[in-house]
Amino acid sequence: MAALTEEQSMIRDQAKSWTTEKSPVDKFREMRDKEIANNYFPETWSAMVEMGWTGIIIPEQYGGSDLGFLTFGVVLEETGRQLTASPLFASALVGASAILLGGNEAQKQAILPGIVDGSKILTLALEEGPRHAPQNTALKAESNGDGFTLSGTKTFVAEGMSATTFVVAARTSGEAGDSDGISLFLVDADAKGLGRNAIKTVDSRGYANLIFEAVDVSADAMLGGVDVGLPILDAILDRARAGLSAEMLGTAAQSFDMTLEYLKTREQFGQVIGSFQALGHRAAGLFGQMELARSCSEAALQAIDDDQDVEQMTSLSKCRVGEFLFDMSNQLIQIHGGIGMTDEFDAGLYLKRARTLETAFGNRSFHRDRYATLAGF
Amino acid sequence: MSNEQALNEFETTTREWVKENFPVSLAGSTMGLEGEASESKKADFEIWRQRLAEKGWGAPTWPVEYGGAGLGHPEAKIISHEMAKMGAFNPIPLMAGMGVTMVGPTILEYGTDDQKNRHLKSIASGEVRWCLGLSEPGAGSDLASLATKAVDNGDSFVVNGQKTWTSGADISQWCGALVRTDPAAKKRNGISFVLLPMAQDGVTTKPIKLISGVSPFCDTFFDDARAEKADLLGDLNKGWSVVKRLLQHERQSQTQARSPSSGSKKATLQDKAKTYAGTDATGALADADLRIRLANHLMDAEAHSLTVNRITAEAKGKVEVSAAASILKNSATKIAQTKNELTMEFMGTQGIGWEGENFAAEELENVREWLWGKAISIYGGSHEVQNNIISKNILGLPETTQQG
Repeated sequence: MAALTEEQSMIRDQAKSWTTEKSPVDKFREMRDKEIANNYFPETWSAMVEMGWTGIIIPEQYGGSDLGFLTFGVVLEETGRQLTASPLFASALVGASAILLGGNEAQKQAILPGIVDGSKILTLALEEGPRHAPQNTALKAESNGDGFTLSGTKTFVAEGMSATTFVVAARTSGEAGDSDGISLFLVDADAKGLGRNAIKTVDSRGYANLIFEAVDVSADAMLGGVDVGLPILDAILDRARAGLSAEMLGTAAQSFDMTLEYLKTREQFGQVIGSFQALGHRAAGLFGQMELARSCSEAALQAIDDDQDVEQMTSLSKCRVGEFLFDMSNQLIQIHGGIGMTDEFDAGLYLKRARTLETAFGNRSFHRDRYATLAGF
Repeated sequence: MSNEQALNEFETTTREWVKENFPVSLAGSTMGLEGEASESKKADFEIWRQRLAEKGWGAPTWPVEYGGAGLGHPEAKIISHEMAKMGAFNPIPLMAGMGVTMVGPTILEYGTDDQKNRHLKSIASGEVRWCLGLSEPGAGSDLASLATKAVDNGDSFVVNGQKTWTSGADISQWCGALVRTDPAAKKRNGISFVLLPMAQDGVTTKPIKLISGVSPFCDTFFDDARAEKADLLGDLNKGWSVVKRLLQHERQSQTQARSPSSGSKKATLQDKAKTYAGTDATGALADADLRIRLANHLMDAEAHSLTVNRITAEAKGKVEVSAAASILKNSATKIAQTKNELTMEFMGTQGIGWEGENFAAEELENVREWLWGKAISIYGGSHEVQNNIISKNILGLPETTQQG
């Protein structure tokens, strides 16, 4: 693994200064308090489009800059630090990956430029139950001669209220639990028979439940082949996991920085609390965890760019960064004491976001199990 | 020629040189070769040592004039990789005791020209073994409270006191010792670092037996031992800064965790666990709880080695001793200790043998390693001392309320 390139460092600096100036965590709080529609500011989204962030993994022929996942991770770490809310991850990383991995040339041409210019917002509609289990996809897609008819429900769809296009995992044959028989479809948000309802989650971000009541899609709405969608889905999910881990690392790193600052300034018993060895050692332990988590996060993004060991590295990353974020978000509250419990202080925003990120695309135990299976035991 | 091309070329010439010069009879044997080896093997071993020494590859990153090869860290890494691939090894760092890893780099930094000329070459060739007299019975983690005294006696110092945990003292020719030269000064301010020969009347050593059995450690007693003034390393009463640097070199040398899957021919830890603990119908470890803890351990090891690589890449070869060494020492320790604990656990009653026919060599080896491994979080700055270093030196938290 190499250190960040000059270009990546430049993008990180740009992302850092933009997020801290234009989209600091105060902005997220304002969005929450004012109950802004779709749970993000439209100007935040358009600024991201303008800076080219929506095209980072998209090849130049479709309007992107093709800079790769490690570069995208650098940006997501910064948005994770300030809890910047937008469809960037759902659309420009997960949605774009779905098209790049499963789409044919016509689909790429039709959709990718729209992701880049922000006119299309894609998102993955996968989960049907409370636990991440791609194989358990049950939403039915029945052949109707010209195309397919989709019936069923999806839950916890990120940016589901603002999305223009859903990437839907559906069952074309077999039963929930079978690895064969899953197919992926592109469904327009305004398709007849498709309903959506916002869910209010603890992290104040945008999610929706979807109801498919005999939604007809044409045959060319399919991504990849019939019944063989699971391997493509897995590959999309691994990209999502690696990207999300980068965002999680940012959220945790910011929590660490806030805590360290507090340790150096808060006084009790006549001295700053960071001088107490119990707290100094706790900080040292968290710092070690952070360094290890960062290596895992970068290795997963790099693995995707190199197309090598993608599954192991993404599970390692989601699990290890997840563990650090879990511990760090708890210590963020604990070390801040009473002030950490108040809504006025930001700690709660980070803790709440931490747990929703943990559930997305497989929690720590999901990835520990997967890592063990991949290692042959 | 680009840097990468140059390294590729270096790799090729290294491979050829090792192929031509490494005695095949030694392939795959361990570094020690003490006692048991046949005469012809011992002769081959000596030939190999000489060839390495002539090439400067005993300490490849040291300057040529002091017995090194003047190479960068990427080249040094290539040498050890290429050797490992052919079952070869560099015995010199082991033969020199603390010489190559700690004393040498510190002499390079703090030594006079005379000291460099007299001491470095014989370290880089593996001909002189060094030990270190740092800890004392009353000065462990609180090293600066040491009591061994050195009194000015004209051209030399007269040294009196007891050192402990002096690894290899009974077989070393030289010792680097931390001594008190100004009893009136505050703790850290009256300490000096001296180099002294072990073969003299005033020095006696006594091996220490550990919970794991025999050990390289000794107690070392100085009774009117002599250290020449010309062998004062660094300034008088400024030995604390010398030893701080020396200990950084020590931490750096302890940051490498053996990756559990790196032994290509050996069975992996997970394979062994499956053999002992059994599998279910899907091929997963039957003991679900052990399986998860084993997965955690393998992830720890992977995260650690990724971090070593990342920090090396970020340093771009510039920093020899990184600030991150304390973090890496602590994570390497955890990995090493957990590996032995997990192994013991899945071996069950076969994992608790002490000696004898009832147990396989591998089983007995793990028991000794497990016991020995408890030392890793104590020596070289304990786990807790490393955490003090991280919180103070890396995170910038203020001094703890305890002085020290």
